[in-house]
Amino acid sequence: MHRRLAFVILFSLLIAMPGMSLAGKVSRGTMLANSCAGCHGEDGKSPGAIPRIAGKSAGYIEQTMKDFASGKRAATVMGRHALGYTDEEIKLIAKYFASQQ
Amino acid sequence: MKDYSRRDFLKIAGTTGAVSALGVMGFPAIVNSAKASGRVVVVGGGFGGASCAKYIRKFDSAMAVTLVEPKKAFITCPFSNLVLGGLREMPSITHSYDALKGKHGVDVMHDMVTEIDAAAKKVKLAGGKTLEYDRLVVSPGIDFKWDAIEGYDAAASKTIPHAWQPGEQTTTLRKQIEAMADGGVYIMVAPPNPFRCPPGPYERVSMVANYLKQNKPKSKILILDPKDKFSKQPLFMQGWEKLYPGMIEWVKGSDGGKVDEIDVATRTLTTELGDKHKGDVINLIPPQKAGAIAFAAGLTNADGWCPVDQRSFESKVHKGVHVIGDSSVAGKMPKSGFAASSQGKVAAAAIVSAMAGETMPEPSYVNTCYSLVGPNYGISVAAVYRLGTDGTIVKVEGSGGVSPKDVDDAFRAQEAVFTRGWYDSITADIWA
Repeated sequence: MHRRLAFVILFSLLIAMPGMSLAGKVSRGTMLANSCAGCHGEDGKSPGAIPRIAGKSAGYIEQTMKDFASGKRAATVMGRHALGYTDEEIKLIAKYFASQQ
Repeated sequence: MKDYSRRDFLKIAGTTGAVSALGVMGFPAIVNSAKASGRVVVVGGGFGGASCAKYIRKFDSAMAVTLVEPKKAFITCPFSNLVLGGLREMPSITHSYDALKGKHGVDVMHDMVTEIDAAAKKVKLAGGKTLEYDRLVVSPGIDFKWDAIEGYDAAASKTIPHAWQPGEQTTTLRKQIEAMADGGVYIMVAPPNPFRCPPGPYERVSMVANYLKQNKPKSKILILDPKDKFSKQPLFMQGWEKLYPGMIEWVKGSDGGKVDEIDVATRTLTTELGDKHKGDVINLIPPQKAGAIAFAAGLTNADGWCPVDQRSFESKVHKGVHVIGDSSVAGKMPKSGFAASSQGKVAAAAIVSAMAGETMPEPSYVNTCYSLVGPNYGISVAAVYRLGTDGTIVKVEGSGGVSPKDVDDAFRAQEAVFTRGWYDSITADIWA
């Protein structure tokens, strides 16, 4: 019984820790962020005229993507991209680039 | 960067049991420091293959990746139109494999795969070596259907260039454009669908027009097209009208645009309706099919392209062989360098996940293609893709589309700036 209880507690703890690192080699967040890298550069580190997004705060990226999608923020191409992702996906993308240096 | 969501954790907990997941979580270093997690051979070092090789190593640095590519440096098809128009020189669209080798630990072999033995999981190289693999990635780009237009074959392409595989062909065509007299006629024979880079022929015409307008303003451009419409058509035509009024004529398929025959000696084209057109420079882009090795390995379908599982890009013909880029059948995605790179990353994720015995996350794919209509006049097409319920790649509803039609010069100029930024970013993402 005790063992089972300990297991349940441990299990709950793990679930409660968001963004923890694990041996999974490919995450959904990385998969999504890799799409952005084509234009914004590897890991968001653009070498040219397209804005660098590596290291921007997650909140900023998330809000900017939502503003592109709603049209609140003017864009050339980003409105067409932003509409391709759910709020949850935008969160994952934002978190990925926020963690890049 | 490894991100683990609650949902991913529950998935693992549910499939492998929480205890084993815990074990993995506690000792990731031990798991990762095991011997090479697998051997992958990538055939072709273009947008698809080079992306795939690099991203496999990015996902799992314990993976042994060999990239087989005959060319010592890669010349991109994107921006080769700018070379034709005189806005760029060849070295600026040529990329070395040094970073893939040195920085990313990919074993790059400048050789050519001549045979794939999918059952024995081996490839033979022209140089005599045999490579064994756990997973093979085939990214050979396109080949041409030389028998489609009478009188046009590989030999004829030396004087009537297609320039649809850049390099010598690009240089030949550039020289011909430079040698053309003012008042000459440049004819482009556009290819039928599906073909590499749908907006490419029309960007090329734009770049040639830009050069002619400045240097040989009495010249004309004629596009003979087997199709009745083309990519970003209203935007291109609006740009042509504004920048090169009266210079470019487009003849669509139903108006006799389909070319059946060429007489190379007299540079005369004969259309399906029997009309004859003589050009001073002819750029003939033939109908296309998957790269030669895809045929040799039996990876192709009756249409000449490679059917794949569109989640992993694993061939529907041979297990353990993934086909990406122009050669693959990838649902709604166009045959573009950008799409090939996106597919390369997804295939990399699929391979790394499969080798690790993990479930691959739901894939996401993307395409973004810029075209220059003039040096400061850019237009774009973009879309986000996902795997549809029928297993084919579909556009995420509401996403994507082309640049708006009614915008000011500043908008076009901004997109022209982003066109160059796009090139800098994607080539660095792949080859730097």
